[in-house]
Amino acid sequence: MTREEVFAKLNEVFRDVFDDEDIVVTDETTAADIEDWDSLEHINLLVAIERSFDIKFTMGETTGMKNVGEMADKIMAHLG
Amino acid sequence: MKELEYPFDPDYILRKKKAIRRQLLERPDIKYIDKKIAILGGSTTSDIRQILELFLLDYGIRPEFWESEYNKFFEDAVFGNEELDAFAPDLVFVHTTTRNIISFPRAGQSPEEVDALLDAEYLRFEKVWQSLEVRYGCTVIQNNFEMPYFRLLGNSDATDIHGRVNFISRLNGRFHDYARAHGSFFINDINYVSAEYGIKRWADPGDWYRYKYALSVSAIPDFAFNLAHIIKAIYGKNKKAIALDMDNTLWGGIVGDDGPENIHIGHEDAVSELYTEFQQYVKAHKDIGILLTVASKNDEENALAGLNRPDSTLKPDDFIVIKANWENKDRNIVATAQEINIGADSFVFVDDNPMERGLVSGNIPGISVPEVGAPETYIETMDRNGYFEVTGLSEEDLKRGEMYKANIERAKTQGAFDNYEDYLKSLEMQAEIGPFAPVYMERIAELTNKSNQFNLTTKRCSRAEIEAFAADPKYITRYGRLEDKFGDNGVVAVSFGHEEDEDRAKVFIMDLWLMSCRVLKRGMEYAMMDEFVNECRSRGVSKIRGCYYPTAKNKMVREFYKDQGFDKVSEDEEGNSFWELDLSKPYESRNIAIKVN
Repeated sequence: MTREEVFAKLNEVFRDVFDDEDIVVTDETTAADIEDWDSLEHINLLVAIERSFDIKFTMGETTGMKNVGEMADKIMAHLG
Repeated sequence: MKELEYPFDPDYILRKKKAIRRQLLERPDIKYIDKKIAILGGSTTSDIRQILELFLLDYGIRPEFWESEYNKFFEDAVFGNEELDAFAPDLVFVHTTTRNIISFPRAGQSPEEVDALLDAEYLRFEKVWQSLEVRYGCTVIQNNFEMPYFRLLGNSDATDIHGRVNFISRLNGRFHDYARAHGSFFINDINYVSAEYGIKRWADPGDWYRYKYALSVSAIPDFAFNLAHIIKAIYGKNKKAIALDMDNTLWGGIVGDDGPENIHIGHEDAVSELYTEFQQYVKAHKDIGILLTVASKNDEENALAGLNRPDSTLKPDDFIVIKANWENKDRNIVATAQEINIGADSFVFVDDNPMERGLVSGNIPGISVPEVGAPETYIETMDRNGYFEVTGLSEEDLKRGEMYKANIERAKTQGAFDNYEDYLKSLEMQAEIGPFAPVYMERIAELTNKSNQFNLTTKRCSRAEIEAFAADPKYITRYGRLEDKFGDNGVVAVSFGHEEDEDRAKVFIMDLWLMSCRVLKRGMEYAMMDEFVNECRSRGVSKIRGCYYPTAKNKMVREFYKDQGFDKVSEDEEGNSFWELDLSKPYESRNIAIKVN
């Protein structure tokens, strides 16, 4: 899966979880950019990402993601 | 909503929960009942609240939530919380899990030490429940404990008193004993749900240490669905009847084509045994008060021949109504519902044919139609949906089938009389009317939650509330039980109200007036009103006030107070009407055929 494809899929997950069809995520997107993205919704987001890419983040990975770009890197690493 | 019925996709629910909520709230013409639910958590509860809300909205219950701070269930219950007091919950859910057990036994401890540990754990929880009872007197739902995801002693964990499996099983036993002894206390059986889900997948240490979710986030839909079953059962949203297809649903094959001797039922082969198990499962529903009916495209003769096979577990007599004809099934179910006087939306329709399922679920709003697959999934699919969740079996539940049958007998004799009054007199009706009595509390609460049609205010009450009204001297409460020559109808009428002072006079406000549709047009409401008038007069009340709040289902009682001789005081734009009976004027009893007490 290319990085573009990962981003396309990620974008769908974000739109579903935050129920907002206008969201467009980029490398630099952080929790500050999306209104409902608080620590509780972050959990939902991670679970939805894990399910849609069929991967499982380790505990260490989930605590160190600063923005969507880093998220995409971690996903790419899991997908091999 | 199909997405929220078993088998559902938990990932879809979690991911789309906001959109699902929006869709639920956009549905037109849903008359919700509003309930205040406090969640006292021993771990994170945010998603539990959000997913539970979806299932409850789907059941027609609109919850308002209050959540305790993280792991403050004990403090909030035992020491109190002003915010929670102000919230005044209708129901408290205590979300604790095996993560909240403070001390487990260690190998080497004496049996006395282990017993002391068990007592300490149990008493801590009992204190929570007793404090909630004193503070709020409301319904409480408590999780039991799930099994641990590791076993230090291996298989001996189950038998050795030092094993966690053994300890948790004993603790659960004590929780269950408490539930049996307390009518308004219910166990959310996460021990079962987690086993069904898979204990290993349920306990996700990652989700615990990162988010403090005591169960895997992915398991929350299964958890919340199970919890929602209890809540909807408490608030009268259970289903009441099953409409069954026959060919390839109750037996293998098509009786009209294959002949009754060739259908698969009994014990001759694997397929027959499978259908027999399903028939046994269906038949057992009679014991918990569920009405069985048939909706089958068949000639009646063939349908009966199938049921009359000596090895058929279900017999024609097990069904209240059998509709085996060539009419569309939705029409047959609506007709059956009218005959036995319950809503068509209180049916569960079971059919192996997806076309029939689509037709019925499309044409009967609110009916449940489980998406059964192969015959080996019938039981599982019906069962997991919790249509008939039992929250206490009353004597009424056990006799319900017989009572509906007696009603059909009554309807037959009615034809023999030219005059309705003569018919009523021929029934030799005898009523027992009195203040709410302990033996009937379960049934009274059940009626307030189940009656929709003959119900003036549709006020829903928990058993705890009913008991409080019965004990309050300002209240007058009356139940009515009606018997006739065909049998005992049980408690069928429930009414209560309270006194208020007004301009130095006493007025009586009728808070609830309902009657089971089982006894419509028998005059029971007049016998009940006589009792209220007598009691009000003896208390020096000058006026009785009543109101009618319209709902989608209670049009039949719009003119109820007029029929009882009340004067209409006002009516507002929504159709709420307000009525008054002046007790200084002569009152004439309208009861003609019922002997009271």
